[in-house]
Amino acid sequence: MEPVLQIQGLKTRFATKRGMLTAVDGVSLHVDQGETLGIVGESGCGKSVTALSILQLLPKPLAHIAEGKILFNGQDLVKAKESVIRDIRGNQISMIFQEPMTSLNPVFTVGYQIMEPLKQHRGMKKAQARQEAVQLLELVGIPEPTARIDDYPHQLSGGMRQRVMIAMALACHPAVMIADEPTTALDVTIQAQILELMKKLQQEIGMAILLITHDLGVVAETCHRVMVMYAGKIVESADVGELFTRPAHPYTKGLFDSLPKRGHIGALPTIPGAVPSLLHLPPGCAFQDRCTYADKQCSQVPPWQEVHAKHGVRCWHPLEEGI
Amino acid sequence: MTLGYISRRLFHLVLIMFGVSVLVFLMLRMIPGDPAQLLLGEFANPEELESLRAQLGLNQSLLTQYWIYLRNIIQGDLGNSLRSNAPVAGEIWVRLIATLELSLAAMFIATVVGVAAGVLSAVKQRSFLDYASMFLALVGVSMPIFWLGLMLIYLFSVKYPILPMMGRITLGLEVPEMTGLMVVDSLLAGNGQAFLSAVKHLLLPSFTLATIPMAIVARITRSSMLEVMSKDYVRTARAKGMAESVVVLRHALRNAFLPVVTVLGLNLGLLLGGAVLTETIFSWPGLGRYVVDSLAGRDYAAVQGCILVFAALMAAINLAVDLMYVFLDPRLRVDE
Amino acid sequence: MSRWEALKDLRQSVSAMVGLVLILLIVVVAIMGPWIAPADPLIPSPLIRLQGPSVEHLFGTDSLGRDIFSRVIYGARISLMIGVISVTISLIPGTLLGLLAGYFGKRIDSIIMRCMDMLLAFPAILLAIFITAILEPNLTNTMVAVGIVYIPHYARIVRAGVLSLKEQLFVQAIVHLGGSHGRILFKHILPNCLPPIIVYATLGMGTAVLQAAALGFLGLGAQPPSPEWGAMLSEGRQYIQLAPHVAAFPGAAILILVLGFNLFGDGLRDVLDPSLRSQ
Repeated sequence: MEPVLQIQGLKTRFATKRGMLTAVDGVSLHVDQGETLGIVGESGCGKSVTALSILQLLPKPLAHIAEGKILFNGQDLVKAKESVIRDIRGNQISMIFQEPMTSLNPVFTVGYQIMEPLKQHRGMKKAQARQEAVQLLELVGIPEPTARIDDYPHQLSGGMRQRVMIAMALACHPAVMIADEPTTALDVTIQAQILELMKKLQQEIGMAILLITHDLGVVAETCHRVMVMYAGKIVESADVGELFTRPAHPYTKGLFDSLPKRGHIGALPTIPGAVPSLLHLPPGCAFQDRCTYADKQCSQVPPWQEVHAKHGVRCWHPLEEGI
Repeated sequence: MTLGYISRRLFHLVLIMFGVSVLVFLMLRMIPGDPAQLLLGEFANPEELESLRAQLGLNQSLLTQYWIYLRNIIQGDLGNSLRSNAPVAGEIWVRLIATLELSLAAMFIATVVGVAAGVLSAVKQRSFLDYASMFLALVGVSMPIFWLGLMLIYLFSVKYPILPMMGRITLGLEVPEMTGLMVVDSLLAGNGQAFLSAVKHLLLPSFTLATIPMAIVARITRSSMLEVMSKDYVRTARAKGMAESVVVLRHALRNAFLPVVTVLGLNLGLLLGGAVLTETIFSWPGLGRYVVDSLAGRDYAAVQGCILVFAALMAAINLAVDLMYVFLDPRLRVDE
Repeated sequence: MSRWEALKDLRQSVSAMVGLVLILLIVVVAIMGPWIAPADPLIPSPLIRLQGPSVEHLFGTDSLGRDIFSRVIYGARISLMIGVISVTISLIPGTLLGLLAGYFGKRIDSIIMRCMDMLLAFPAILLAIFITAILEPNLTNTMVAVGIVYIPHYARIVRAGVLSLKEQLFVQAIVHLGGSHGRILFKHILPNCLPPIIVYATLGMGTAVLQAAALGFLGLGAQPPSPEWGAMLSEGRQYIQLAPHVAAFPGAAILILVLGFNLFGDGLRDVLDPSLRSQ
């Protein structure tokens, strides 16, 4: 079966004061219907830029897509006209963001903001859209939706606002939902509720989810497949179970090692060094300066290799042993 | 809660007006010479002087004098004009409407043109359009409007005589007064010719008066729009598939408008002060020109009345701006 | 102090440099006045009244036959003097009041600021008109009036600066170490409040020139035969139909000087007061 969303060799560049910077460097991925794909990485690795590239929501005129294809049901969004993309945004592909506090417009009621895409994409009249909005609020588990619909964002808690964002994203029954750190700004208990909600809704609607996060815990909870990103490139890709038991890239392993484990006492190991500036990347593997396994070979660009079935890694010295 | 806020503001307003009255009272007493003589002019006869002295309590303490003065103001008695001998309050009222018409027209021009220029500049940041309109805005802020007014008169009334250079309406076209606003009255009277004349008379003075506020609005709108356009909720609106015009004009501008309103409120003094100059240049029979004429005629009763009214006007509009703020920003509407 | 080093960035600011050039142009004209003016600004020549611009009279002549070019040149001195003196008159009391209000707070603060509110309750030009009218209309009183009107603006800016500084650790530390109020105010707080004051004073020069010219135009400022630009405009107004050049040139001079101060002030603000930086 054809994947709903497919990215091929995407390169997204930013014009900065100190030169052109490649934030996303040749990323390829695909998401199937009903599947959740996670993209994991530290901040600045290009995962959010990848997400924004899909719907071309990049900050203009600083950023642009330099190369690559973004195929949605076979149609290349990079080449599509603005009006075509606009019809897809919030309709067939929708997006939720990290900051529920600032992602809703403070001067409009939440109802109005949910009704907007309904009117825009599904041609609903006001009364009908309002009814639908109430149902959506109910669907995402907001109590007393008929009362809340006339609330302004500042009257709701962070968790409630993120539920509103999800309701908005679901309004037109999208084929793909892109969630950029949807739970990062929330309390742990609220976090679990929101993830649970997303999982439940995915099963009901059958949409694909592209989940961007820095949190491996979130990945374990929700994703079917994971891709690990570092300095603009995908460095490892595998099914969740596979990646969690047999991480092959030293960077991935480093991420796992820095997670707290049951029974662990004392300081957690961290990955030494810091993410290199995208303007001054070392030749070859971008992780070499922080990697304990690095040698001379690592200053050559590492190839992409399949270490196991459906488990790829971009490294000269993939790890063999499991955890 | 909002009611509490309004009443606190009203109290503040009363306090300020009280202070203003003290200030004006003291200033008038500071002018060397006998206040009664001052108010009645040098040719007043002795009986009149004596009766006004008694009326103002000039032989009593300053406090008593102020009390009498305050009581008169509160009763709407601002004294009689030296030049016409009519009550100042009535004279002011007629002129206030004329000033209102001019200021409203100027405010309208300033907001519409200023916001449009600011939004365009922000959307087309760093384009020629942006640089050109921001340079023009800076020139506008620096404009001696009394000079601009004269130049406009020369251009549009003398060189190419298409617009009248003074007054509110062509003689003989006067319409019955309903609101006092010439443009509205002529419309109400259904007199197209009068309406056209009123609008033509309004064009040059209101544009002159609008220049500085327009420039300020353009600058603030631009910087405010630039800030708002980078906000997360604007990205959300785009991600929902809203048309760019909806994103800019509805989602961004509604938020960007808040600082614009504040700045408009803060610069109200500029608009009212500008009215003094504009009315003088275009012989607009408003309050500003009345002040200047009264000063020239040493008509102090009229002058003090005008100053009080101007201050009250400023305070009232400031209050209105505050309330508008609450209307525009739901976060300021506190729930019960 | 890194904020002063930021002044170097001024050279990169196009608007600041253009503004500086305009200001310097007028300053040079003001200083060199007697040497570059082709004629006496005050002596009438009834035979050449209201002549348009020509080679002998670049800006033409006015209703008394005086050379407008020379009068505009002499007017530069007056306008610059108005700017400097008026701003000083508002700056010094305004700064002191703002320091006192912000530093001592409580009752002193509310008394001072309520008084400032009262001055702000009038449209600026109207208050200036009123003050000059009471004092008697002339150039000196114009400067005094314009100065008084803008005192509250400086008081507000300085007070805001003091309030934010007072919270900072170093000031609190000095207070605990037993520094005297005067020392703390003038040695530690005032220098840190300077950048916004400088920015505002620069912009204020433009405003003062504009307001004083407006008073002159209304006949309440400098009196004839003074070549003050506003007063010249007032004269030119009567001849706007016959000889528009009489009003055109002094007005353009006002615009250029005010534009200069505003351009330079904007540039200074971007450099000295990053919180207000326009994008």
